[in-house]
Amino acid sequence: MLTGEDKKLLQQTWGKLGGAEEEVGADALWRMFHSYPPTKTYFPHFDMSQGSDQVRGHGKKVMAALSNAVKNLDNLSQALSELSNLHAYNLRVDPVNFKFLSQCLQVTLATRLGKEYSPEVHSAVDKFMSAVASVLAEKYR
Amino acid sequence: MTTPHCRVTTAWGPPGGPVPVPANGPRWAGLAQGIKPGPGSGSAQPRALLQPSRAATMVHWSAEEKQLIASVWGRVSVEECGAEALARLLIVYPWTQRFFSDFGNLSSPTAIVGNPKVRAHGKKVLTSFGEAIKNLDNLKGTYSKLSELHCDKLHVDPENFRLLGDILVVVLAAHFGKDFTPDCQAAWQKLVRVVAHALARKYH
Repeated sequence: MLTGEDKKLLQQTWGKLGGAEEEVGADALWRMFHSYPPTKTYFPHFDMSQGSDQVRGHGKKVMAALSNAVKNLDNLSQALSELSNLHAYNLRVDPVNFKFLSQCLQVTLATRLGKEYSPEVHSAVDKFMSAVASVLAEKYR
Repeated sequence: MTTPHCRVTTAWGPPGGPVPVPANGPRWAGLAQGIKPGPGSGSAQPRALLQPSRAATMVHWSAEEKQLIASVWGRVSVEECGAEALARLLIVYPWTQRFFSDFGNLSSPTAIVGNPKVRAHGKKVLTSFGEAIKNLDNLKGTYSKLSELHCDKLHVDPENFRLLGDILVVVLAAHFGKDFTPDCQAAWQKLVRVVAHALARKYH
């Protein structure tokens, strides 16, 4: 469960991204496709070359959703409700993939924040992504 | 309730294991020549059709992967990285503290990071990782005894090896910043996955 401290750290961390959300999202997605090739099976229509507009665009979308979630940590279920429906009924992404995205987002954040990606921040982000995954998979069955 | 790190069967090989990749093309000698033995094609022994050579089950490392792994490892302080990785494991996944009840004060992130037993054990674990890197072509052999130890004496769920591996990758990312490129990460994610698999191999 996200504590008050976790929520504060998450908001601070997102605050440090300073408008680079698109880049962060694209980097995380690219890393995920590279480290976990089966995740590409959900995007057979994408141009997967480096710097692809589609990957950048989708990374931006994903990050925007996560940023919105960070603004609504007290009610994640509601904030992510539409995305939860989308994933359950349309996209049907196997939930194991949420962990891969979480890992790659954390690596992206860590490369940008260095020492500021402290153990406490690491823990908060991991818990947050786990909570997001939970909500997204909530209506799967 | 947050999603626990449950083992869900993926489409990507057996749980917890890498998909074996033949080193230089198919090693199923004879199989490529056809399963149907016709008259007069008797040079291939039937038994050879069913026995993959040992190489078919080995993990294949490209020269680039080896180079990416070595170049990162060459710049790693085993003591610092090991301590940090283990501390983060205990902080981010507090249930892993179950294996370290005799380590003293683990009551807060600060206590864990400063705990000398955590630091010492982290260094030990990462030193062993260094052995893996020197023996990429024989990880199974390298970790055989440690695997038995973790099963028979330490009773550690192999899921913990995967958790620690992922944490190590994040620690490296924080340490190396932009130098920890996507290619680098991919090589290291493969390494930690394969090490975890080797450590789990002797479980029964």
